[in-house]
Amino acid sequence: MIRAIILRDLARAFRSGGAWLPLAFLLLIAALFPCAVGPNATLLAGAGGGMLWIAALLASLLPIDRLIEPDRESGVIDQLVLRGAGEGTILLAKGVAHWLSFGPPLLIAALPAGALLKLAPETLQTVMIGLALGTPGLAALAILVAALTAGLRGSGALTGLLVLPLAVPILIFGAGALQFGGGSALKLVATCSLFLCVAAPIAGGAALRAGRD
Amino acid sequence: MSGAHLSLQNLACLRGGRLLFAGVDLELRAGGSGQIAGPNGVGKSSLLRVVAGLLQPYAGSVAREGAVALADELDALDRDRTVHGALGFWARIDEAPLERIDAVLADLGIGHLADIPVRMLSTGQRKRAALARLMVSGAPIWLLDEPANGLDVTAAAALGPLVERHRTAGGIVLCASHLPLAWAQDVTITLAPPQEAGAE
Repeated sequence: MIRAIILRDLARAFRSGGAWLPLAFLLLIAALFPCAVGPNATLLAGAGGGMLWIAALLASLLPIDRLIEPDRESGVIDQLVLRGAGEGTILLAKGVAHWLSFGPPLLIAALPAGALLKLAPETLQTVMIGLALGTPGLAALAILVAALTAGLRGSGALTGLLVLPLAVPILIFGAGALQFGGGSALKLVATCSLFLCVAAPIAGGAALRAGRD
Repeated sequence: MSGAHLSLQNLACLRGGRLLFAGVDLELRAGGSGQIAGPNGVGKSSLLRVVAGLLQPYAGSVAREGAVALADELDALDRDRTVHGALGFWARIDEAPLERIDAVLADLGIGHLADIPVRMLSTGQRKRAALARLMVSGAPIWLLDEPANGLDVTAAAALGPLVERHRTAGGIVLCASHLPLAWAQDVTITLAPPQEAGAE
């Protein structure tokens, strides 16, 4: 069942812009950033890594209103629960599908983006490792917030408020790894990411259950 | 599916601080059919959702033997896929053979819509596609919520033989409807608006 949900969600994501969207998004930001702060190579190389992190965070949030709410509204989640799937399992499958739809494209886009921002090869490597570790956490966070706000009107502003405090640790450690060169900060990124991957399906599942009454 | 069995005991449902119904008993064995009747807002759909396990009962218990399939006002079909594609997703989840989809669509008289996107369907056609999802699942216990809503007279009458066939095969049908149905009922539960305790 998990496989069927992942395949369906992936197919849906790819039909609605899909993999190109985060890719284009990251490249757009990487292309605009030098225009905004000026083509100073030292400045770009210093700030570029953090810029990539912010772009990755925003890319994970791009489809947040399409992750859970349409399926709740059309009864898909009801029907899955009826067939014995736990809400946590459904959210786990949706989280995996969401990550697959933006994580790998983002990592690919980080290569040309790194060139646009004149990042040193070792900085780019740290960013890539950090993104590979951190994006699953960001995907889980997006799923959690989407589940919490499913069924609410005008949830856009609320979404931002909920995401911000929970995303900050990943962002701090991810960008921190660039300044202090690595190891331990990346481990902390992985820790935050792992925590969110475990907590999001449980908490989001409880939210979906509560929302059904 | 001969072992199908559905039993409700002293069921009560509380929603939004209001007791919708209480003391509902029902016993349906293989081949049985029941109707939940009553005016709008009396809790027919909630009762079906309790039976399906989507709502927790406030009191009482639901015992089911066999899988349930629910067709309510939500069709749960992806609007940007074709009817066949959207039903195929559910068939894969239910591990039902994909060939069954064509047979069921033909039974419901919408075989010609298989390759039309779900978003292009009319209300009645979408209702029939949702019924197709229920029939494809192969679950022995059917829970139908106002199955004739949006259907034209011919389509509503055509439901009768399909339900009878399901019952002959040992299935159970529990249907919430404020209108008389096109098939015979073993049991009819009429829900009445509860008397407000202590009101005036």
